[in-house]
Amino acid sequence: MLAIEEMDVFYGDAQALSSVSLEADAGEIVAIVGANGAGKTSLIRAIAGMLKPARGRIAFKGAEIGGLDSFRVCNLGVGQVAEGRQVFPSLSVHENLLTGGMLPRARARRAQNLERMVALFPRLGERMSQAAGTLSGGEQQMLAIARCLMGEPELVMFDEPSLGLSPALAQSVLETIGELNKQGLTCLLVEQNVAASLELAGRAYVLENGAITLTGSGASLLADDRVRQAYLGM
Amino acid sequence: MTFPLFAEVFLKGILTGLVYGLMALGLSVIFGVVRVVNFAHGEFAVLAMYAAFVLFGLYKVDPIIASVPVAFAFFLIGYGLQRTIVQPFVTRPQHEQFILLVGLALVLVNAMLMVFGPESRQVDLPYSLDTWMIGPLMIDKVRVYGALAALVVTAALFAFFRFTLTGTAIRAAADNLVGAAVVGLDVKKLYALSFGVGLACVGAAGSIMTALTDMTPMLAPSYTLLAFTIVIVGGLGSMAGALGGGLLIGAAEAVASAAISPSMKSMVSFGLLVIVLALRPQGLFGKAES
Repeated sequence: MLAIEEMDVFYGDAQALSSVSLEADAGEIVAIVGANGAGKTSLIRAIAGMLKPARGRIAFKGAEIGGLDSFRVCNLGVGQVAEGRQVFPSLSVHENLLTGGMLPRARARRAQNLERMVALFPRLGERMSQAAGTLSGGEQQMLAIARCLMGEPELVMFDEPSLGLSPALAQSVLETIGELNKQGLTCLLVEQNVAASLELAGRAYVLENGAITLTGSGASLLADDRVRQAYLGM
Repeated sequence: MTFPLFAEVFLKGILTGLVYGLMALGLSVIFGVVRVVNFAHGEFAVLAMYAAFVLFGLYKVDPIIASVPVAFAFFLIGYGLQRTIVQPFVTRPQHEQFILLVGLALVLVNAMLMVFGPESRQVDLPYSLDTWMIGPLMIDKVRVYGALAALVVTAALFAFFRFTLTGTAIRAAADNLVGAAVVGLDVKKLYALSFGVGLACVGAAGSIMTALTDMTPMLAPSYTLLAFTIVIVGGLGSMAGALGGGLLIGAAEAVASAAISPSMKSMVSFGLLVIVLALRPQGLFGKAES
């Protein structure tokens, strides 16, 4: 579904990613593991069209999307749950959800999707008219996920979805991602909780200093000594 | 000054203030969303006055009615300006944006000087001297009509931002730009719409002002300053602030010019500006930056 070939991304003069190749097949959860500053967010932003790759190809369902504007990429079915949640704090929960449903691909089914999100996240349904900025961190994460799903994405990139949440809430967010995946959603998961994300993921890539250094199934990376030492503290 | 005279002058200021508020609202919308300060705002206000003047001269369109077509035309101008010359400056340093818009302002003033000349112009409305007596108070009809028109446009604008999907998307982009890109909003288009809506405000306000006051191209910089004073007093980026600031400045200027002398009105509004900046820098209705 997603295929990246030898992509370079720069922030000004600083190289954030060098020759990154990565694939995600339909229905997979693919985890990206790496330290802070390894380039995980740059990778997601490049796929989303928020950063322009200097070199390489990004194909989504066979079509080149590298260098497209972010709203065009979104409208092809590439959703994003960004780091820091990025909800609209002064807009109500309802309005936040509406903004997610404005993509032309999903606009006609806005009402049904809204009902679906309320069924999926009843907590949001109770807080529809409340300003998103007044929600708890966990609720904001639910809102960010629901807002993304309003656009009917086929691939969703999750950037640190459990960051700043209590262990119980973090667990429930990861369970939600697993549940959405079972319903057919392809997921790219960047997560500081390496053990949990490798358990959830079918396959994973290790990103170090902007380059992919290891790849394999989630289980094989969990068993890999280098991963255990660097990311699991074992 | 006797109380009835004070009340009359105060009311007159409030009515004018509603029109000022609409003009300042345009500046606030553009800054709140696009984060570019429209230094040509007063020039657009005067351009709208001349547009209404021409419509009146050619087709006898009442300037208050003309606010509708002028606002529509200004929306298109704003949309086009943002799409062409302003958008490339959005991510550039503020001093470059300043030079772009001050340059635009100079072009507009000089173009108006070339076309209309420096002399003061006005429209003669059949009802421009009509008044209503409310008890001891004498109220100009034209000012009431103008204020009502400004109120209708302002209410329509609030409804647009509150109840339409596009309005919600514009507020979203103003609230969190990264978030807007993340959910797939077409930010450049929303910027162009916002610049268009901002100029539509100033177009409607300028057109209405044609019914209330004379025009000359050289008034433009003072309208720019007026709009700045209003949004800073009210709170930059706050829609309620632009309106509240307009009422306050309108009333203060009217009272000062009647109670002291007409030449004192700018001093009073700038005085208010200094006081607000000293005591409440975010403006009366603004939120403090966190």
